Amino acid sequence: MCGIVGLLIKNPALREQLGSLMVPMLIGMTERGPDSAGLAVFTAPLPQGRRKLSVFAGYVAGGDRYDWQELVSALNQDLHAKAQVEAKGNHGILSFAIEPQTVRQWLQGYQPLLKVFSAGRSIDLYKDIGTPAEVAARYGFADFQGTHLVGHTRMATESAVTPDRAHPFTAGEDFCLVHNGSLSNPYAIRRMLAPHGIAFDTDNDTEAATRFLEWRLREGDELKEALQKGFEVLDGFYTFLMGTPTELALIRDPFACKPAVVAESDDYVAIASEFRSLAHLPGVAHAHVFEPAPEEMYVWKV
Amino acid sequence: MSESKHIPQTAPQFSATFDPYTLSEIRRAAATGIYDIRGAGTKRKLPHFDDLLFLGASVSRYPLEGYREKCGTDVVLGTRFAKKPIHLKTPVTIAGMSFGALSAQAKEALGRGASIAGTSTTTGDGGMTPEERGQSKTLVYQYLPSRYGMNPDDLRKADAIEVVIGQGAKPGGGGMLLGQKISPRVARMRCLPEGIDQRSACRHPDWTGPDDLEIKILELREITDWEKPIYVKVGATRPYYDVALAVKAGADVVVLDGMQGGTAATQEVFIEHVGIPILAAIRPAVQALQDLGMHRKVQLIVSGGIRNGADVAKALALGADAVAIGTAALVALGDNDPHLEDEYRKLGSTAGAYDDWHEGRDPAGITTQDPELAKRLDPVQAGRRLANYLSVLTMEAQVIARACGKSHLHNLEPEDLVALTLESAAMAQVPLAGTGWIPGKPL
Amino acid sequence: MESLIFDLAATPLREINQFLHQEAPARSGLQVTIENPNGAHAIAAGLNAPVQVTIDGHAGYYAAGMNQHASVTITGSAGTGVAENMMSGTVHVQGFASNAAGATAQGGLLVIDGDAGLRCGISLKGADIVVGGSVGSFSAFMAQAGNLVILGNAGEALGDSLYEARIFVRGTVASLGADCEEKPLGEAERAILADLLQRAGHGDLDPASFRCYGSARTLYHFHVDNAGAY
Repeated sequence: MCGIVGLLIKNPALREQLGSLMVPMLIGMTERGPDSAGLAVFTAPLPQGRRKLSVFAGYVAGGDRYDWQELVSALNQDLHAKAQVEAKGNHGILSFAIEPQTVRQWLQGYQPLLKVFSAGRSIDLYKDIGTPAEVAARYGFADFQGTHLVGHTRMATESAVTPDRAHPFTAGEDFCLVHNGSLSNPYAIRRMLAPHGIAFDTDNDTEAATRFLEWRLREGDELKEALQKGFEVLDGFYTFLMGTPTELALIRDPFACKPAVVAESDDYVAIASEFRSLAHLPGVAHAHVFEPAPEEMYVWKV
Repeated sequence: MSESKHIPQTAPQFSATFDPYTLSEIRRAAATGIYDIRGAGTKRKLPHFDDLLFLGASVSRYPLEGYREKCGTDVVLGTRFAKKPIHLKTPVTIAGMSFGALSAQAKEALGRGASIAGTSTTTGDGGMTPEERGQSKTLVYQYLPSRYGMNPDDLRKADAIEVVIGQGAKPGGGGMLLGQKISPRVARMRCLPEGIDQRSACRHPDWTGPDDLEIKILELREITDWEKPIYVKVGATRPYYDVALAVKAGADVVVLDGMQGGTAATQEVFIEHVGIPILAAIRPAVQALQDLGMHRKVQLIVSGGIRNGADVAKALALGADAVAIGTAALVALGDNDPHLEDEYRKLGSTAGAYDDWHEGRDPAGITTQDPELAKRLDPVQAGRRLANYLSVLTMEAQVIARACGKSHLHNLEPEDLVALTLESAAMAQVPLAGTGWIPGKPL
Repeated sequence: MESLIFDLAATPLREINQFLHQEAPARSGLQVTIENPNGAHAIAAGLNAPVQVTIDGHAGYYAAGMNQHASVTITGSAGTGVAENMMSGTVHVQGFASNAAGATAQGGLLVIDGDAGLRCGISLKGADIVVGGSVGSFSAFMAQAGNLVILGNAGEALGDSLYEARIFVRGTVASLGADCEEKPLGEAERAILADLLQRAGHGDLDPASFRCYGSARTLYHFHVDNAGAY
């Protein structure tokens, strides 16, 4: 059970403030999710030939001072990957000019305790245990710039409080999802996906939903088609907020037990579990504030 | 020479699968088209406290003398946030049972008995009666999904508030009070028409999940000016997660009800097939509290099948702070008493097996709203019997604690116990008697 | 009339509620305004005296929860469970209300000018609710007594498992829940509706433009042919 937040900046002049507007949103959801927090930010895409991975070194001893440069040197030496890294403590955004799958396999051999949190041309993902304020300060969320992001604060239900079980969850490239609620058939979904060669990193119910929807997108569904299939397959209570390089999308289950509020103005679309996370936004008093309806698909484009 | 041969016949044999009880249930279902509804708790044989034994003191440890050397039994509940925690003389409390399920006389008797014994009683679905408040020194007010009879004046009159998420007899389900028990007074308290079946909701109407529960608890605290302890009651199913989430949501006390816990009325299939025995639930619950650093800071009350002082001592040794009794308290009041055998026969049952509590025809005057039947229960005498019984539970637990060398019941610990069976050893996480082996753990 | 302003951005909620519970009742006719609510929860919950409170902005969960006697106005929107279990008094939401507005309320009047979310008036136990806009699905679920008036449209499963509450709808109903049926809008119903419309500031509307719904009472006693509705 959790708090979810999302922010999409419409007014280009505000894109420098993406992170600083978001941090109070995340902190506002501390009571709903005191265990851990995370954020996926969508940046301008890398050139077609390049990809990036968000890599977490927190499971490696001394991971807070992880030597990312050494990793880049080794990667370039072994695979001529033209790799670069942008590091913040135990998180490194590793970009390169070869297949992401090749790099993932290489990382396994290089340091099996490294976790890949996201992959794509646009997504950067940070998540860790701690209160939202601690996690935001740890990775400098307030400085993030860009068009849109998806954030989450977690109160763990049935899986442990660990960095990799925090949200957002990702699957494939440039797709992430955060969840408030709990699914009642996550294991059936896992078993349904396994024969399609889909593997799971955690025992978290949200990962099942993320991989299901990404699988549908990869099979050629439009986002709305994939979400419609989600309504048919995913049982339980959920509000999902999803991010792609060009969109934020939101759905609530038919019972809409888990809350969500949207504030939309000419400058931004802001989404949170509760209004208290939106109250600080500039001009929110004049924004269109509403609650998304159950079983409706809300998609906002950048 | 012809000889008439006697050929031995095989005796008629009932199927163990389709036993006579099962056959009668199939016939009943076929005739009526409704699932069986009944009161009381599970009747099947379950792993229980019986399979645990205490290691009394001997040479390596020394016992306390009875009577002379003090063995404390008091408990304080709700020390985490509430300005006015609950102080009880015994860790045996009375579980929530509703006016509606029980007669006003029975509720009054519970209050009288608990007050003499220095412990608390608890309201149930349907609200607080003046009889109950008047006779209960310490009264816990249940806050339930149905909110029948929920009144902020009563909330403020209570000594503690128990947010009920589920109960052991039917975790995930709502109640069902059949029309026979919706008397004019019950109907008025619940805002229902008289005599109709009353269905209780399974989920709270205005919150779902621990993140919202935290806000609900905040509201209850604000309304009662942060004075009263807030309990959260769950039926035992996934106790590790449920207890951890109740703590994260801000509970002062967690009440964990095993599947042996009773009910006034619910589907038999629920009673017998949903939830886990209390023996299996305590250790994960305590583990959750320990993992959060909250064991003994958030108190744990366990219930479901507590019958004697040994059960009390065993529950406390496994890590609970207190226990609650329901069915046993009703028996102490006079429920299912053999002196009423003729009347139980007329109802197609027998003393000790009567469980049609939902029908309201209880000859003991306890699980009924029939004024003539209810009058049969003298609240003063019945209260005295309950007080006596509570006293015995407490003294029995003390006897065991002293034998284990403890000067307070709360100093009992899992290492004072061994198990007779593999299953109880695994569930209670104590070694099989005579060995050091706990199933699932390395030697 | 005496008036007081609290700023929730500067004064803790506990202090404001404590004042409303313990000091306001002695100051008859007191008008309290709470500024910068910013979605905080349990604002003005548990009031038990005829004070007047204005929450100037958006309120979080359980605003004016369990209200008794007080008159509370929320100038913005209200979160989940506004006026839940209200006993008496009036709560007026000038914006929209989230889920479970007026849940289990036993008395008093809840007026919502905008839309209400799902489960509006769930388990209603005698209070009156007037919604200027539309209500979400499962509204008046298991409602036992009282009146739910909807000027706009109703979502799915309106009045599911209804007991003796009345529902009045001016717009469309997506679907009726189990055991909810349309009833004739008789003289008595018209009078009740006219009074509620008047009190909610919609006195200009003709009660005859509403349809009335109530319990078909087929679930009051178990019957095997209705088992699917349980």
